[in-house]
Amino acid sequence: MTTAPTTAPVKTGPAPVPEIVAHNADPQPSGWLSWLTTTDHKRIGIMYMAAGWLFFIVGGVEALVIRLQLAQADSTLITPQTYNALFTMHGTTMVFLFLIPMIAGFANYLVPLMIGARDMAFPKLNALSFWLLVAGGVVFYGSLLYSPAECGWTCYAPLSETAYSPTNGVDAWIFLIHLTGISSFIGALNIFVTIANMRAPGMTWSRVPLFVWTMLTQSILLIIALPVIAGAVTMLLTDRQFGTHFFDPSNGGSSLLWQHLFWFFGHPEVYILVLPAFGIISEVLPVFSRKPIFGYRAIVAATLGIAVIGTLVWAHHMFTTPLPYALLVFFMLGTFLIAIPTGVKIFNWTFTLWRGSIEFTVPTLFSIGFLFTFLLGGITGIFLAVFPVDWQLHDTYFVVAHFHYTIVGGAVFGILAGLYYWFPKFSGRMLGERMGKWSFWTIMIGFWVTFLVQHSAGLSGMPRRVYEYADVGNLEIYNLISTIGSFILAVGILLTVINIVTSVRSGAKAGPDPWKGNTLEWFSTSPPPRNNFDTVPRVRSVEPMKDIRRQIERQDRRSEEAATPA
Amino acid sequence: MRTPARRLRRRLALTAAVSSAAFVSIPAAVASAGIIAPESGGGTPNAEGIRSLYLLIGILAVIVFVGVCGLLIHTLVKYRASKGGVPSQVHGNNRLEVSWTVGAALILVLISVVTFVKLGQIYEPPNSDASALPLTSKLTPAADGRQKLPPNGRVYQIDVNGLQYVWRYTYPDGDTNNLNNVFSYEEMVVPTGATVALRIFAQDVQHSWWIPQLGGKFDAVPGYANYTWFKISEPGVYRGQCAELCGRNHANMVAQVRALPPAKFQAWYDRQKAAIRNADEQAAKARNAAIKATAGP
Ligand SMILES: [Cu+2]
Repeated sequence: MTTAPTTAPVKTGPAPVPEIVAHNADPQPSGWLSWLTTTDHKRIGIMYMAAGWLFFIVGGVEALVIRLQLAQADSTLITPQTYNALFTMHGTTMVFLFLIPMIAGFANYLVPLMIGARDMAFPKLNALSFWLLVAGGVVFYGSLLYSPAECGWTCYAPLSETAYSPTNGVDAWIFLIHLTGISSFIGALNIFVTIANMRAPGMTWSRVPLFVWTMLTQSILLIIALPVIAGAVTMLLTDRQFGTHFFDPSNGGSSLLWQHLFWFFGHPEVYILVLPAFGIISEVLPVFSRKPIFGYRAIVAATLGIAVIGTLVWAHHMFTTPLPYALLVFFMLGTFLIAIPTGVKIFNWTFTLWRGSIEFTVPTLFSIGFLFTFLLGGITGIFLAVFPVDWQLHDTYFVVAHFHYTIVGGAVFGILAGLYYWFPKFSGRMLGERMGKWSFWTIMIGFWVTFLVQHSAGLSGMPRRVYEYADVGNLEIYNLISTIGSFILAVGILLTVINIVTSVRSGAKAGPDPWKGNTLEWFSTSPPPRNNFDTVPRVRSVEPMKDIRRQIERQDRRSEEAATPA
Repeated sequence: MRTPARRLRRRLALTAAVSSAAFVSIPAAVASAGIIAPESGGGTPNAEGIRSLYLLIGILAVIVFVGVCGLLIHTLVKYRASKGGVPSQVHGNNRLEVSWTVGAALILVLISVVTFVKLGQIYEPPNSDASALPLTSKLTPAADGRQKLPPNGRVYQIDVNGLQYVWRYTYPDGDTNNLNNVFSYEEMVVPTGATVALRIFAQDVQHSWWIPQLGGKFDAVPGYANYTWFKISEPGVYRGQCAELCGRNHANMVAQVRALPPAKFQAWYDRQKAAIRNADEQAAKARNAAIKATAGP
């Protein structure tokens, strides 16, 4: 792929940029076999992201079929069985096969580079966690050959028990959770150990980049939450295959137990998906407003706070189940508490832009899109946290709209900002700005057209997961608008896919540091050589690249002064 | 660099105009249910309470949303990159950060207070009207303590049973043999003015009882009893459907509540009761005849 420069680069021109000094770095091996056997964190990262994109497109097509079915009232386009399989696959794919791998891809590629490490702590384990993910995807999509699960991504028992789901689709879903769960669990251990032990000299905890902070927090959340869902699906598996009755009320089991176990994992999962996006936004905004992040410590504290409270509020997904009054109140107030650190972050990001010098690049645009969209998702979350109000909104399209505002507006917009920001580092080439801007506006408009109106559909009484509805009130209009929006959104995503495919080959050469970044990944070449750095600079602040740039400017001035004879 | 900046400004101005138009139209839309607020309309106090609580929180939400969006748009327009613009190198501001943290907390305290003030109307059932009182009967609260009863303890209690893919209702009966109870599928008939207490069960998988105009939804969970209530003042038909995925025909598991004035309700009830007694007698006669025919000489 790349050959690293063998001599130190010669500085020319008036504006010096710091460049990597990579003497005799090993070149990357080439050929497909080298990809299958690689333990290089960057290649594993790229494979994660490629797998993520593949499943994003698959999950997106599933969503479009769902929207086509709902475009008209009393539609007969697809059968109820196909419809239930589609939303089960859509949700499962987007969470476990798109977002988790995509974030793992960013983390794999960037965490070692940002902390000045040469690889992850356990490179072979890292490769294992990627291939386990692939296995999970294959096992789950293999069920297309017989009959896919129809129980939704939440797979509530007893609907998911053999009595009501006799085919093996649910078992395939269980194995997907197991395989991707082990993948994420060891991946999280790897990230945690890497961050804890392999930081560059001088990178104390108060100088760790914010993306790395969010990945550290995310890995802790995964380590807490994943064993619980692993236990739950194992119990479901023994119920289905070996005659236990954990979730079978007719034999003394409890169907509410499944909900508790699922959401003990499922709610932290939301933060597992959005915290890394928060990290990306916290990296992108300072670079393009040319200002330090506003309130670094507050953002770190808010990240940790969200993680701690986020593990204690799972039953706000269960306000309509038979829960005692005291628990309703506890989970409502707990959920309110999360709004505080989240609000703090939104203000910190806004004030990072305040009095800056904002450059509207594509990463900036997606970050701004994130702020507006996620803000509304957060606000509708307050409505849902109030349990009497949730009694009306729960399990309706209002909730569907809410979590798409937080997951797409939060995680996906963050990932797209990160993609446009770091693509030059991944590939050595820039993504097209013009195409990127077209893509951004199409996605933004498509998203709001699709999902804003779904709040109204839910308020008018439309439950989620229905394959058809009668045209009462304005339901058909709402759904038609939503379907049209979803196709606009799809065009926007397609533009970014085209952008990636064309830019990999013919994008403008990026150079090591096209954006004048703040963090250490920009110290290496684009893409970095196999071992990233051969000298790692001493870190003196959260923005080591800014320090290095200043230092070089000073040296340059000095050498110029020395060169001019008095 | 002038044109992109101008284009951007135009774009932002457009965004601002569109979003402000949306928010101006909101108070106008408040009147019509289902667009920006939950349904109500049967005159039952719990649905009214949820709707007004939602709207109160909605006012706060609109203020916060417009405020933050306004600040963001202002920042983006004013501090866009320009020649000679120098980004200020501040790292934070403790006083500012503490104040918005406290501000966010205060808003949430306010929402909590409003919620607890409104909660009584939503959670605690009132007494039935005098006209419907004779239909009700005194109930001892369930042992799990989750069923709320009116101050006088008198309700008209109906059992709701969810099964794939239909709702079945059982009506209270003075008859000691509850096999003779009046029952109906899909359509529940209730008297207006009575506090109707529902006990919700499920027979197979989880379902969720929900009639939007009559308040919140409550899950039917196999192995558990769930409770809710309503007190309708407007006679009419209120429609809803199962709100928890329960299998392939989940979308077809519809429900409706027909509210009749107490006298008409009593007439409907008596008709049902007579029909059941009649069917029982027919069955008994047929059974006796069959026994006699096979008994032989
Ligand atoms: Cu149902």
